[in-house]
Amino acid sequence: MPTISKTRIDSRFRELAERKAKGLVIYLTAGDPTLEDTGKLLAAVNRGGADVIELGVPFSDPLADGPVIQRASERGLKSGASLARILERLPRWRQEMEAPVILFTYYNPVLQYGLERFARDAARAGAAGALVLDLTPEEAESYIAAMRAQSLDTVFLAAPTSTDERLERLAPLSTGFLYLISRPGTTGERNEISRELGPLIERARRHTELPLAVGFGVSNPEQVREVTKDADAAVVGSALVRAIEDRYAAGGPDAIEHFVRWLREGTGAA
Amino acid sequence: MNQSINETIRSWPDARGRFGEFGGRFVPETLMHPIEELERAWEASRADKEFQAEFQRLLKEYAGRPTPLFHARRLTEHLGGAQIYLKREDLLHTGAHKINNAIGQGLLARRMGKTRLIAETGAGQHGVATATVAALLGLRCVVYMGEEDMARQAPNVFRMRLLGAEVVSVRSGSKTLKDAINEAMRDWVTNVGDTHYLLGSVLGPHPYPVMVREFHRAIGREARGQFIAQAGRLPDLLAACVGGGSNSIGLFYDFIEDSQVAMVGVEAGGRSPNLGDHAARFAGGKPGVLHGTYSYVLQDEDGQVHASLGRRGARRRAHASPNRGHHPGARARARAGGNCLPRAKHGQRQNHRSQFIRPRRQRLEHLSVGRHPLNQL
Repeated sequence: MPTISKTRIDSRFRELAERKAKGLVIYLTAGDPTLEDTGKLLAAVNRGGADVIELGVPFSDPLADGPVIQRASERGLKSGASLARILERLPRWRQEMEAPVILFTYYNPVLQYGLERFARDAARAGAAGALVLDLTPEEAESYIAAMRAQSLDTVFLAAPTSTDERLERLAPLSTGFLYLISRPGTTGERNEISRELGPLIERARRHTELPLAVGFGVSNPEQVREVTKDADAAVVGSALVRAIEDRYAAGGPDAIEHFVRWLREGTGAA
Repeated sequence: MNQSINETIRSWPDARGRFGEFGGRFVPETLMHPIEELERAWEASRADKEFQAEFQRLLKEYAGRPTPLFHARRLTEHLGGAQIYLKREDLLHTGAHKINNAIGQGLLARRMGKTRLIAETGAGQHGVATATVAALLGLRCVVYMGEEDMARQAPNVFRMRLLGAEVVSVRSGSKTLKDAINEAMRDWVTNVGDTHYLLGSVLGPHPYPVMVREFHRAIGREARGQFIAQAGRLPDLLAACVGGGSNSIGLFYDFIEDSQVAMVGVEAGGRSPNLGDHAARFAGGKPGVLHGTYSYVLQDEDGQVHASLGRRGARRRAHASPNRGHHPGARARARAGGNCLPRAKHGQRQNHRSQFIRPRRQRLEHLSVGRHPLNQL
């Protein structure tokens, strides 16, 4: 079992547990539609009641993402949302929000930025941690060391295809929470929550005391409610990104705040 | 070249799938279990006499191995330099070396109980090979191909469809091969239960690079024996074009401990040395993680990957094989006096000919090719 650290994500989940409430984790891609909007959107998502925010770093080859986040990634790249620019602006963005921010990224941008430099600058920018989608526990040693040195959380993912042996290997490396992928596949909205999720939650509980957040395919309050019946939090990504696509131009940050508030109904919190 | 270094190189990859610092596994967690399963199945198949016999039988009776080694006397005379030998992989069924690996992985997929093959393809040769093997083994087949590549390679699209494969046009990103690989990965991550991803290059997460190398080893094994039989000695130099690296490593691998044999990989220099204008990963790229492996990648300073461009405008992989991240390239550079040939002569195939074939008079050379011998020089 991991030693209990005292990061901002830990305290956020502790606070939720004390209130017997469930968490809502919201993903959005930086630079979508522009870097300037990202500041406004983060504030709106925070006001809407997100407990933790995953800020996506656009990547040219997002092979774990479905079409919605692929499009967001392309818009982000077009608007110049490099890791360096994101880290540069994050302190200003964070002034208007309290929800901890995790950088959600593929490995290559972090690798090119430099692992130690990334951890140092992320900590300086006020990020709570990172989740690197294509970094397997087997290859993560230097990354984890760099992140630990800055007291940053390293969130890892577990999938329905993860064997008990794999859960045993990856769960101890995760801090803050463990991200459960609800079903095999890429990110994106689905009509139904996979039947594979239940057994995964059960197995994950045997390997970690960390809060469990479920993502991939969670897109409305009903699904938030469904997955948080057994898990501690729901992650909504593609549905939020689609809301930005559909409603932001006309409705501005308020429309996104309302969307998050609507999703939050699924957590049972007012 | 130090003998023990060559032995080390020949022993790669290590247990983590690393070729020195290159290789490894960088994939979403959902794919880790299928990849571990694939590795176990592949290891088991290597020790399985029945599997190996079936693979060898199909290489011989279906694909047409061994392929001839041909002493190209008129070309030698015309160029006036080295004695040129061609390893005629273009004579294999489907017209390229790609079928070697497609047969190997197809048999492996069947052994694992998979009923569906998926593949990426750029020019279409690997797609055609995969579609052919799927038809041979009675498996369903889906091939991902960039929209731009489909337009350029329409006859191969026709061939794949004729063989019963579904060809999916990839419109994301640069609409070329690297995006077709992304799309194939997305399919695989979604359909891990019944699907095998038949990757056609020496890249991707371990065990792909070593597996693809092993399925293509017949090229070099045959060539070495044939060359000794015809010329009475080993060649001075091997040359192969380098795209995804399967034909070059297939040729080079069985010569690695022959320290007197130089190896040259020729990258496509395209229009200019600027990012996006060429496909010279070793000359113009730097190490990074793409498509599940750590290797040379054509990328900008933010780690964003750029499409590559070959001479005829054919977009190719933005990525070089971890197998080749070191050895053959390194040795070629050493032999060329520290200059990587592609850097010296950007993209002009004729110039390569004159540069490293002409000046080396009296030398015995031999060239392996994936498809059309002369075009590939």
